[in-house]
Amino acid sequence: MSVIENVSRRTFIGGIFSAGAFVLAARVLPETAWAQTPVARTRADGALLNPSVYLGIESDGTVFIVTHRSEMGTGIRTTLPMVAADELDADWSRVRIEQGVGDTRYGDQNTDGSRSIRDFYEAFRHAGASARSMLLSAAAAQWNVPVAQLTTANHEVVHQASNRRVGYGQLVAAAAKQPVPKVGELQFKPKTAWKFVGKERSTYDQADILTGKAQFGLDVFRDGMVHAVVERPPVFGGKVRSFDDKAALAVKGVRQTVTIEPLKLPYRFQALGGVAVIADNTWAAMQGRKQLKVQWEDGAHASFESESFKKQMLSTVMKPGKVARNVGNVDAEFAKGGKVLEATYYTPLAAHAAMEPPAAVADFRDGKVTIWGPQQNPQATQDTVSEALGIDKKDVICNVTLLGGGFGRKSKPDFCAEAAILSKKLGKPVKVIWTREDDIRFDYYHTTAAVYQKATVDAKGRPTAWLQRSVFPPIAAMFDEKARNGLGIELGMGLVDMPYDVANIRAENGEAEAHVRIGWFRAVCNNYHAFAAHCFADEMAAAAGRDRVEFLLDLLGPGKILDLKAQGVDYSNYGAPIEKYPVDTRRLRRVLEVAAERSGWAKRKSGGGSGIGIAAHRSFNSYVASVVEVEVDAKGGLKIPKVTQVVDAGVIVNPDRVRAQFEGAATMAVGLARTGEITATGGKINQSNFNTFQVARMTDAPYQTDVHFVDSDALPTGVGEPGVPPVLSALANAIFAATGKRVRELPLSKTKLA
Amino acid sequence: MPTNLNVNGTARSYDGDPDMPLLWYLRDDLRLIGTRFGCGAGLCGACTVHVDGQAVRSCQTLMKTLQNKRVMTIEGLSPDGSHPVQRAWTTHNVAQCGYCQSGQIMQATALLQTTPSPSDQDIERAMAGNICRCGTYQRIRAAIKTASKERA
Repeated sequence: MSVIENVSRRTFIGGIFSAGAFVLAARVLPETAWAQTPVARTRADGALLNPSVYLGIESDGTVFIVTHRSEMGTGIRTTLPMVAADELDADWSRVRIEQGVGDTRYGDQNTDGSRSIRDFYEAFRHAGASARSMLLSAAAAQWNVPVAQLTTANHEVVHQASNRRVGYGQLVAAAAKQPVPKVGELQFKPKTAWKFVGKERSTYDQADILTGKAQFGLDVFRDGMVHAVVERPPVFGGKVRSFDDKAALAVKGVRQTVTIEPLKLPYRFQALGGVAVIADNTWAAMQGRKQLKVQWEDGAHASFESESFKKQMLSTVMKPGKVARNVGNVDAEFAKGGKVLEATYYTPLAAHAAMEPPAAVADFRDGKVTIWGPQQNPQATQDTVSEALGIDKKDVICNVTLLGGGFGRKSKPDFCAEAAILSKKLGKPVKVIWTREDDIRFDYYHTTAAVYQKATVDAKGRPTAWLQRSVFPPIAAMFDEKARNGLGIELGMGLVDMPYDVANIRAENGEAEAHVRIGWFRAVCNNYHAFAAHCFADEMAAAAGRDRVEFLLDLLGPGKILDLKAQGVDYSNYGAPIEKYPVDTRRLRRVLEVAAERSGWAKRKSGGGSGIGIAAHRSFNSYVASVVEVEVDAKGGLKIPKVTQVVDAGVIVNPDRVRAQFEGAATMAVGLARTGEITATGGKINQSNFNTFQVARMTDAPYQTDVHFVDSDALPTGVGEPGVPPVLSALANAIFAATGKRVRELPLSKTKLA
Repeated sequence: MPTNLNVNGTARSYDGDPDMPLLWYLRDDLRLIGTRFGCGAGLCGACTVHVDGQAVRSCQTLMKTLQNKRVMTIEGLSPDGSHPVQRAWTTHNVAQCGYCQSGQIMQATALLQTTPSPSDQDIERAMAGNICRCGTYQRIRAAIKTASKERA
C-alpha cells in the first residue's frame, strides 16, 4: 500500500494503543543517530514487540518495517525492509512498510549519494536479527529448552526435536519482555540461508503505481486547502520591485496574491521569493499567474550569459588552479619534452527534470506546521522550514510521499518552504504546485564544467605525466556565495581519485562563480570528470593505435589499493571510511575484463558508422564498466543498439532493482549526452519545457541494456548513480570509433556526427 | 451550459471554466490522482487518458470539448490491475518511480487496441510521446510485447 497516510491518523499516543504496549527504551539505532523525542510515532513504534526504530511486530504477527529513506524509483522502500525481513525470517506477505517522517532518530535521511544501502544495510540487519533473537529467547523460555535447539522458518519458531512450532505473533508479548540484544551478540544468517537478499522481488508499490493509486506530492489534498503557483524572480537573487495583480484577481477562482520575501544569503535551500497566486484549484492559480504583472529588480546575476561564461571557463581552465592532488613531478616530466597530448572537455548546465515537478502541501496551525511532499531529505525540510517560519524544528512535521523522480533535485526543500510560508500567512492548508516551466527555470542545476587534460606519453603511448584541471561553478556556492572552488567532496568525485597508474599526476581546480543555483544531479561531478578522464584515456590509446581494453588495463597497472592519503590528498570517499571502502583498482580491472567478455569486445570491429566504446569508473564506492555500441547514419543520426553495464557494488540486495538502476542510468546518460543543455541570457534561463530541454525518449534510448554483476561478498555500495558516468565516456569513445570524430563537448547536438 | 460526460462509467456534469483542461478536472475535482501532471503542454504523455477509446493528452483536452464523451483513466482500466497491459507491466517490473506509468499504460493500451501485434517501429511511433525520466523504455517495450502475446 503506497498511499502515504496522514501521520496524525497513525499517531499512537502512549498507552492508548493497547494496555499491553511495551516500548523498549533500548532501541537498535544506526551509528549516526542520537536520542531524540520522536515527532510522530509509527505502527512499528506502537507494536507490542519493538526492538528497533525501524521494526515492530504486533500480536497478530504483522511486521511493520519503517523505511526512513525516500522512494524516488530506486526501490529502496522495498529493499531496506527486505534486509530486515530476511534476518527476521519473516513471511513477506505479513510485512507492512511504513514511510518514516523526518526525524533524526532514524539517523541520516538525505536520500542522495547512493548510500541508503551502504549506510543502513547493517542497521536493518540488526533490526531483523534483534527481533528474531528476542522471539527465540521467548520461545526457549516458554518451552524450557536451550535457545540453541531452536530455529526459525517463515514467521515461526521451530523446535525440531519435539516437533513444536509457534507463530511469531503468539510470541511477541513474551518476546517484548526480553532484553534487546547488544549488536555484538547478534547472530546473522549465513549467505546461503538468505531468502530475500539477492533474490528477485517486485517492489512494494508496484501494484498501486499500475492502478493509479500511488500517492506523490501533487496527490495530497487537505480539507480547506487552497492552491498556489508562485511567480519567482527570473534572475537568480532577484527581487520583486512592484506588482499589479488586478487582472490576476479577476480570474475566476483566484482568491488573492501573497508576497514571499526574497532569499537571504547564503542561498542554501530557501524559497526563492516572489508573488504567489492563491486559488480554489490548480488551473485557476495557473491562469491567474499568467495575468500577474511583476516588475523585478534583477540584481547582479543579470550579467550571466552562457556563451561568454563558457569562454571565460575555457580560459580559466588553461591557467594554473588550486592543486588538489600532486604525485611525482608533472612539470619536470613535461619539461623533458617528448610526445604531448592535450584536450579540453566541456559540459553545459543541465536540469534534473524529474517527471513529477516539485509540489508540496503545508498546514500551519497552532504554531506547528505539517508538510507533505516528495522530499529526498525531510530533515533538511525541517531545518529550512523552521528557519523560514521562526519555529522549532520539532514543530515541523515532514511526511514523505512517493517521489516522481528525484535525481538530486528533491533534496532541496525550497518548494516545501514556499508552502509552509504561504500556509502560515494564510492560516490554512496550501498546496504549492510547480509547473514544468518553473521546474526547468528554477532548478538547482547540474553544473557546467570545463576540464583540461594534458599528458606526455612514452613510446608505447602510456602517460608519463598527467595534468587534469577542472573548472566549474561549485555546489559550495550555495552555502557560501563567495566560493569559487569545489568542495573536497566535489573534487573527490572523479578528479582527485583518477585511478590510473601514472608516475606523475597533478589535479587542479580553477575558479568559477555560480550565477544560478547549483545542485547535485545524479552522479554529480563524476559526470564531467569521468567524461574528460576516460575520453582522454581513449585519445591516448587512439594515438598509440592500441586496443582500448588492453590499453586501459595497462593504464590501471596490476591493480592495488590506491592510497590517496599517502599522496596527501584529502579524499572524501563519498563520506565512507576508506578502510572499509578502499579505492581498489583491481576491482576496476575486473569490471573492465568482464565488460570486454560480456560485450564480445574482441570480436567487434568499428568503423564505417558503426562503433563500440568502453570506459570504467569508480563512483559512490562502486565499480562500473560500460560498453556502448553506436550506429551513426549518413545524416549524423545516432542510434544506440546496445549498452553493457558491468557492476561491482558488493553484495547486491535487490538484483532486479539494481539492474533497473543501471538500465535507467544508461538512458539518462544518453539523454544528457544527446541534448542535455541549459543556457541563460541576461541571467534568465532560456529553456522551459520538454521541447527546449529535451530528455531521452524511447527513440533516443539504448535499444538494449545488459547489466551484469560481478559476484562479490564485499560490503554493499552505491547503485543509483554510478551507472551514469562511464556511459557518457563510452558513448563519446564509441562515436570516435564509428566516425573518427572526437566529441569533447556535450551535448552531442553541438557536433555534426556525419 | 454544463458539460455532460462519462468518466470511468459514471455520468458527470461539469459547469466550471469551459477552457479548463480535463487533467485538472480529473485531479482537482474528481480526485482521480492516477492521471499525472508532467508538462502541461502535451510534450510528455504523463496525463494520457482515453476519450472515446482514443489516447489523448488530458492537459491539452479542454472540458468544453467533452460533451457526451466517454473518458477512461488508469483507475477505470482495471481497478485491481488485472488488465493484460497492467499484468505485463507487473511481469516486467517496469516502474521505477512510477510517475509516468499511468500515461505509458494508457498509451500502450490504445496502441494494442488498434495494433494488436505491434512491431518495434509501431511501438516506438506510439510511445515516443511518453517520457520516462527513470529510463524504463526497454521494459516498456518488452511489456507491450508480452501484453500483445497475452491478448492474441
